[in-house]
Amino acid sequence: MAEDTKTVEGSTEDGVRRRDFLNIAAVSFAGVGAGAVVIPLLSQMAPDADVRALASIEVDVSSLQPGQGIVASWRKQPVFIRKLTHAEMAEADQVPLDALRDPATLADRTKEGHRDMLIQLGVCTHLGCVPLGIKPGESKGDYDGYFCPCHGSHYDSAGRIRKGPAPTNLAVPDYVFNSDTVVTIG
Amino acid sequence: MSFAWAKPYEPKTALGHWVDERLPLPRMIYGAVGGGYPVPRNLNYAWNFGVLAGVFLMIQIVTGIVLAMHYYSSVGGAFASVEHIMRDVNYGWMLRYAHANGASFFFIVVYIHIFRGLFYGSYKAPRELVWMLGLVVYLLMMATAFMGYVLPWGQMSYWGAQVITGFFSAFPLVGDPLRIWLLGGYAPDQAALTRFFSLHYLLPFVIAAVVILKTWALHIPGSSNPTGVDVKAEKDTLPFHPFYTAKDGWFVLAFLMAYFAVVFFLPNALGHADNYIEANPLATPAHIVPEWYFLPFYGILKAFTVDLSIPFTDIVIAPAKLLGVISMFASILILFLLPWLDRSPVRSGHYRPLFKRFYWLLVIDVLVLGWAGGAVPTAPVVATMQLATIYYFAHFLIILPIISKIERPLPLPQSISSSVLHGEAEESAPYGLAKSNA
Repeated sequence: MAEDTKTVEGSTEDGVRRRDFLNIAAVSFAGVGAGAVVIPLLSQMAPDADVRALASIEVDVSSLQPGQGIVASWRKQPVFIRKLTHAEMAEADQVPLDALRDPATLADRTKEGHRDMLIQLGVCTHLGCVPLGIKPGESKGDYDGYFCPCHGSHYDSAGRIRKGPAPTNLAVPDYVFNSDTVVTIG
Repeated sequence: MSFAWAKPYEPKTALGHWVDERLPLPRMIYGAVGGGYPVPRNLNYAWNFGVLAGVFLMIQIVTGIVLAMHYYSSVGGAFASVEHIMRDVNYGWMLRYAHANGASFFFIVVYIHIFRGLFYGSYKAPRELVWMLGLVVYLLMMATAFMGYVLPWGQMSYWGAQVITGFFSAFPLVGDPLRIWLLGGYAPDQAALTRFFSLHYLLPFVIAAVVILKTWALHIPGSSNPTGVDVKAEKDTLPFHPFYTAKDGWFVLAFLMAYFAVVFFLPNALGHADNYIEANPLATPAHIVPEWYFLPFYGILKAFTVDLSIPFTDIVIAPAKLLGVISMFASILILFLLPWLDRSPVRSGHYRPLFKRFYWLLVIDVLVLGWAGGAVPTAPVVATMQLATIYYFAHFLIILPIISKIERPLPLPQSISSSVLHGEAEESAPYGLAKSNA
């Protein structure tokens, strides 16, 4: 206590007062409190329990003939399921991998034993529009696959990006074949 | 107001004195838009668009609040509730068309307002903050208009929401989580529609607050004028009221005639027919385009295809999608730097022969971007967009800094009043040889 008498009340020799520590502690604690207020205000906008409860869907693909495709709805997004023709598979296999923006073979994008069944999200990897080409009569683009009307991305018969602004191939969701004719997606 | 000759507010009644001593609100209004605000006497009709923008902000807020009394923000009911407004609500058809076309006319007014500022150098010192607050208003307007367009939950609403929230997914690492947070899900759905309704209601009031700050900032130096010459004496100015309240008043009426002609006779001319189809999350319309007032930016976004030979250092770091999104945002953010990119001390484009030519090229360039943004992206259209995008950025980053160095401006008038009260001969006389200077 003898040292204290030489300096301003409550301060140590290097000029730091206990009150300075109290100020720092008070402002820090106010910061923690502000953070605790901001977290729920921001987090409420993230997907709620209702949306996170994502069921998987089962799709019967027995009626699909080669060259036919259907659109299923999963996670509120379209899933393209298409039975490829031999010509489309041959066309996809002929493309050299180094000609692709996002290299992948048709075999990489399908399941063993079901090379003719191409299942992918019908969501353009650019800004999320549904590409044309799964339904009869729609434009298939320059590579006999899919054409996104929003910004002009072209995908080939294996759903790989070939031209336009999209960065990657159409995404392949998790799925399993329950039997030869029923697929579970998700 | 900072001019010495601004008339001070003098309450005329006992009640006026009583209020003025307690809450000088009438004093503030008198100094802002009354006889106490001196304005350059040579303003032309390009200066009417600020007040007009305020009028359209009010039209949007009033029609918006009444539409919100009848609209349901539910995925299953939004589209039907808009039709309910059109068919059942008293004058609902008129209120909805007034709100929808009000957005278009708000943007027409604001684009003219912005290009007026660009030509007359209204962004230059000491009005940089007026310009920047205006850009904040513009960004808020675009966000507000986007969310408003989503509410009817038609096809264009849905796919516009999908694409515009998709912009955020372009950013590496944070992109996808950010987009899912914005939407509250993996695709636009109930969560997104409800929050867009809430924010569409909030943002116009934020805009109104920024407009107050902007007006405050403007009233420190006072309005710019077509000569770009500073106000020097009382004879350069007129009090805002009654001179400019009258001029603004008649111009607002004339402009509203054009607006109501569209509301009553061509209400769907500026809209997109596909938004009369209810949202379908499984099919994108073949001819999807944004609202016309977004088209130039959409053109910049679409100009970036991987085929474009931009010297990537690393293709993974800057894919076309990210480049397009960054360029689109940058095309507006670059305007914040404009006061420092254009270093010419001459404000008005009238006295800048070189600047004037490039200014009109920029206007044409933005129109071309808008046309290309709405066209089907065939090879010639894409090439046009790419050239127009390069020119847009070159104008601000290269051309403006260069011409502000090399240009020889024409002689400026001695003062605002001499440019108005004497003839063109005096105005164009070489510096120091005008009669009024002798």
